[in-house]
Amino acid sequence: MRTLRFLLRKEFLQILRDPALVRMLFMIPIVQLMILSNAATFEVKRSRMHVVDHDHSARSAAVIQRLVASGRFVATEASNSVQRGDDALMRRNVEMILVIPHGFESDLVRTRAAQVQVLLNAEDGAAAGVTQSYVREVLARYAAEQSVALAAVASARPEAPPGRGVPRVELRTRGWYNPELDYRHYMVPGILVQLLTIVGTLLTAMNVVREKEAGTLEQLNVTPIPRATFIAAKLIPLWVIAMVVLTIGLIVGRLVFTVPMLGPLWLVFAGAALYLLAALGIGLWISAVTETQQQAMFVNFAMLMVYLLMSGLFTPIASMPPWAQWVARANPMMHFIALMRGVMLRGAGPVDVLPQLGVLAVSAALVLSIAIWRYQKRAS
Amino acid sequence: MTLAIEVRDLTRRFGDFTAVDAISVEVRAGEVFGFLGANGAGKTTAIRMLIGLLAPTSGSARVAGFDVLTQSEDVRRNIGYMSQRFSLYDDLTVSENITLYGGIYGLDDATISARMDAMLQTLDLASARRSMVRSLPLGWKQKLAFSVAMLHRPRVVFLDEPTGGVDPITRRQFWEMIYAAAAEGTTVFATTHYMDEAEYCDRLSIMVDGRIAAMGTPGELKAAYNAPSLDEVFVRLARPAA
Repeated sequence: MRTLRFLLRKEFLQILRDPALVRMLFMIPIVQLMILSNAATFEVKRSRMHVVDHDHSARSAAVIQRLVASGRFVATEASNSVQRGDDALMRRNVEMILVIPHGFESDLVRTRAAQVQVLLNAEDGAAAGVTQSYVREVLARYAAEQSVALAAVASARPEAPPGRGVPRVELRTRGWYNPELDYRHYMVPGILVQLLTIVGTLLTAMNVVREKEAGTLEQLNVTPIPRATFIAAKLIPLWVIAMVVLTIGLIVGRLVFTVPMLGPLWLVFAGAALYLLAALGIGLWISAVTETQQQAMFVNFAMLMVYLLMSGLFTPIASMPPWAQWVARANPMMHFIALMRGVMLRGAGPVDVLPQLGVLAVSAALVLSIAIWRYQKRAS
Repeated sequence: MTLAIEVRDLTRRFGDFTAVDAISVEVRAGEVFGFLGANGAGKTTAIRMLIGLLAPTSGSARVAGFDVLTQSEDVRRNIGYMSQRFSLYDDLTVSENITLYGGIYGLDDATISARMDAMLQTLDLASARRSMVRSLPLGWKQKLAFSVAMLHRPRVVFLDEPTGGVDPITRRQFWEMIYAAAAEGTTVFATTHYMDEAEYCDRLSIMVDGRIAAMGTPGELKAAYNAPSLDEVFVRLARPAA
């Protein structure tokens, strides 16, 4: 215990004497949250649209007007040739082409059904999907209004066959736990997790490998320091720092993005405490298998990519193939993100996130055991 | 007569390459033993096995009475080590480095502060107590590193090229420190490339291609090879073709 005290003092002194590191630790959470939570969104705003209106009717104009009024589309170009639209799409001047065929209005009035064509640039599949759903939504609402309007016209004319009341099923969606579907509320907890992972894993790996490069690790390995003491001395300061970073991140999330904290705050910290042990342990393991800071950095980023893609931060786990879902389930990051989102946005309590806490505790124990076992004073 | 270091058929292979080939050495307690050899002869590999940084392929070794393989923690408690690379913390002050190593070896606060005062007095470093180690000149760094390796009064101290790159005056002072340590009963096991330093040793061995080619007092070696100086002995052994 006494030895640990001396080692901890040394670690804290070294970290605090690195002003660039300290500055970065405070700036990174603020900058990352600001940039990522605004940039990492699936929302598509202001799609530029090329309009080809062959109908030139009041109703075709109304459709265009509705799309523009939704605020999600801007009619930047118009022509009477789909070919021109295609060219604009190719040159990326627009993201979509709206084609209203000749006879749109008469079809709508006569048969109560009409078609419009939407051509999308689907290079970015996710964005195209979102844009398509926006168009569908606007058109569905317009169609519903038209149906009522036409029915009214029909019943006002007694000689005409009575308007068959078309039974309409209306789907009203309400997003619970994030009623405004604010992507930032959804992204901030995930980005905080990603941040803790970088701070925890990268700093640990770099810290130990730097001692390897300097030869000071060898000097420590010649002393009778117990392995667990050495590891505790390396992990405790970085664990504390990561918790500070989390606190800063939560404050920024609250003040700048008004991300709610519906569940108990301590639960977020409890989850972070466990998750960090796993993240730090992985950093320690990386430092055991690499010799230089460059190697450590490389391994770190390679692992981080897999981590992130398999975490549900950017893509839902449910849409992955079964094997990938199994990989994701073994990823402590996924469970911590689920815990964070659950507690912050849904107001989950300790009982609700018990499975996540369990997985995090098991991964922490597992990773730390491997890291301690891998750290050997004597090379074989 | 007690033996501080007892090495029997110690071997280390890296793949097909045999870095240390069945060496046997005995060093008496309180001796200053010179462990000589050309670059790449296997000196550092041998030392790394003795201080528990590298597992031997075969053979055995006892240091300070403990088996290197099975009692490595006991060995670590009783040895000091100064590597070829300066390995104190550059970003800690002189006194912080001393306190750290005092704490690691389990010395109490009073002992640490008493030994620190005495050490800084001897090294004439009292005024640099609060200086960052990185700001010290190389010669002082080396002397400080040696003193820190001796802080817990080890029974055996291993010095791997302790005087590399320092001026002749500092080297002389360094050897005075080594003698002072030996006079207090510490066994010194040192590698060097300087033959004048080898002359200071009680006994020495010369390693060539992983084997110990010769061992004895400086006088014995010169007599055996009928050479006027250790330099001559070394060159003849290390370059048999010449």
